[in-house]
Amino acid sequence: MRSFLLQAPAVSLLLLWMLVPLCMTLWFSFQRYNLLNPFISGFAGVDNYTYLLTDPALWTAMGNTLLLVGWVLAITVVGGTLLAVLFQQEFFGRGIARLLVIAPFFVMPTVSALIWKNMMMHPVNGVLAWLFNLFGFQAVDWFSSLPLTSIILIVSWEWLPFALLILLTAIQSLDDDQVEAARMDGAGPIAIFWFITLPHLKRAISVVIMIEMIFLLTIFAEIFVTTSGGPGLASTNLAYLIYIRALLDFDVGGASAGGVIAIVLANIVAIFLIRTVARHLET
Amino acid sequence: MATLELNNIVKDFAGTQVIKGVDLEVKDREFVVFVGPSGCGKSTLLRMIAGLESVSSGDILIDGQRMNEVGPAERGLSMVFQSYALYPHMTVEDNMGFSLRLAKVPKAERREKVLEAARILQLENLLERKPKALSGGQRQRVAIGRAIVRNPSIFLFDEPLSNLDAALRVQMRIELARLHEELDATMIYVTHDQIEAMTMADKIVVLQGGIVEQVGSPMELYHHPRNRFVAGFIGSPKMNFIDVEVREARGEGVSVRLPGGGEYSVPVDGSGCQAGDTLSLGIRPEHLTLDDNGPLEGDITVIERLGGVTSLYVQCHGEEWILVTDGEVSHRVRDNVRFGFAPARAHLFAEDGLALTHLERHPLVDVERRQNRASTAADAS
Repeated sequence: MRSFLLQAPAVSLLLLWMLVPLCMTLWFSFQRYNLLNPFISGFAGVDNYTYLLTDPALWTAMGNTLLLVGWVLAITVVGGTLLAVLFQQEFFGRGIARLLVIAPFFVMPTVSALIWKNMMMHPVNGVLAWLFNLFGFQAVDWFSSLPLTSIILIVSWEWLPFALLILLTAIQSLDDDQVEAARMDGAGPIAIFWFITLPHLKRAISVVIMIEMIFLLTIFAEIFVTTSGGPGLASTNLAYLIYIRALLDFDVGGASAGGVIAIVLANIVAIFLIRTVARHLET
Repeated sequence: MATLELNNIVKDFAGTQVIKGVDLEVKDREFVVFVGPSGCGKSTLLRMIAGLESVSSGDILIDGQRMNEVGPAERGLSMVFQSYALYPHMTVEDNMGFSLRLAKVPKAERREKVLEAARILQLENLLERKPKALSGGQRQRVAIGRAIVRNPSIFLFDEPLSNLDAALRVQMRIELARLHEELDATMIYVTHDQIEAMTMADKIVVLQGGIVEQVGSPMELYHHPRNRFVAGFIGSPKMNFIDVEVREARGEGVSVRLPGGGEYSVPVDGSGCQAGDTLSLGIRPEHLTLDDNGPLEGDITVIERLGGVTSLYVQCHGEEWILVTDGEVSHRVRDNVRFGFAPARAHLFAEDGLALTHLERHPLVDVERRQNRASTAADAS
């Protein structure tokens, strides 16, 4: 009983923190509630949901969300693994190189998005445009012709250091004897990577995927700062769609319905993920 | 069939010489043990033979061919690591067959070879398990199995038993010796445990500070240590050393005076020294005997009773002597005891640490290891 009492403040605070917004979202999602017109009010039933689910914008946003998460995960995990192997080697200035490669993670998303927008991908002033011109190609207007690709590039740049950091620490715990035993068994560098290093990293990779996915599902700042979800809905993900509904259309009911759908989606992903990760952590 | 030859091997680690010119010859089917204190270079030497460590200068010859620049996998050697270094995500079978898989040996043949090694090591029931689900002794056997599957010309062992508990170590020692007979292979074994060295080796190489102190059969090292270091390193408890003054030195014996006044004539070649010199006398604790008329006397400070034998630490003329005596000895701490030794058991070491040669060779020095085992003694004699 006493242990319950002692836990109560922390648990109830957490519960409050989670339950109140959740219940309010659920409540609003069944209400007619538009900030522009106070006379539209009252219980809406499932109207908000039918409207949302029949709206093609939702499916575009869902598709974009999955594309964004999938590609960023692929780039950061593959790139992070290869970089971790690279930065594990002894070379001159390794300490400084490691520090530099991890630095992007400490830049806040809005700032890094702005840097990419104005300094890297700008069709006139950008570094990439300059590089393209240097080699005789037409400069690309990234945000209007390849909006989602641009967002994926920016987000990958932000999250690659995170994957690298986790995988590098994991690779450092690989037993040297194992590598040497593999060398005695006749394994070359590629075979060692494939049969020894990669299986060793399996657990760390699943942790990276889980943590990144939780954050990547709710990417917002990068889209807001660069493309504003456009052109059209080409770079709108679920989080941004909810923002459009709530704060551009002032449709609180519809936005809440979108929020509930996002919660359901995130939970489905989380259940699968936590199951697989838990299985890896056991063995 | 494999021989190994090391010619003046040197290893430099950023300006520090850890191996300072080692010459060694290992004959076919020999069981050679490298032994020495921590940091003596024995593991480095083994890793150089394995090809995991480069050679700064000198030659490594396997079957007469220079191997300095050959990669570890192409030398035809297998190594068993102290940590076993099993691949944790592979089953026992995959662990043992990994080298064959890399060599693209067909699956059926691979399985056959793994099963054969598993039979030798009694691992048949464990083939599907992962290393994590094995006990220490079983992991050890898998590591040895992985070495066997490659059918190497020389087996290398890097302190393979040091992670096992005492009882298992004794068992594995006997198993390794049996394996050596069954496989008829050349084996090189690194250890700091002298019991392992004494019981398994055909030839022991004592290393210290990157230098070979002595190479010889176990009994040769015990009865005829070349210098003071080997004398102190082989044998437990350690040999007692005491400074003595030479009274008379001749080719057929050296007469020395002990600090207590007793005089002994030790049968060693004394042609190199003369009366008045100071030598170091070494006598093993098990060769000191309690004797009421003995020339040495002192007070017991510590008694260690092991049941079968008892170690007595005796303070005698400012030196601590260790005696190993009968387990039934009834003395108490602070008792005064007299003791002595047979002069032929004593060793004399000159100022530079080298032993004066004994005039007679100990009869057991030339006994081969094979003769100590019922399974092979018949064909050796």
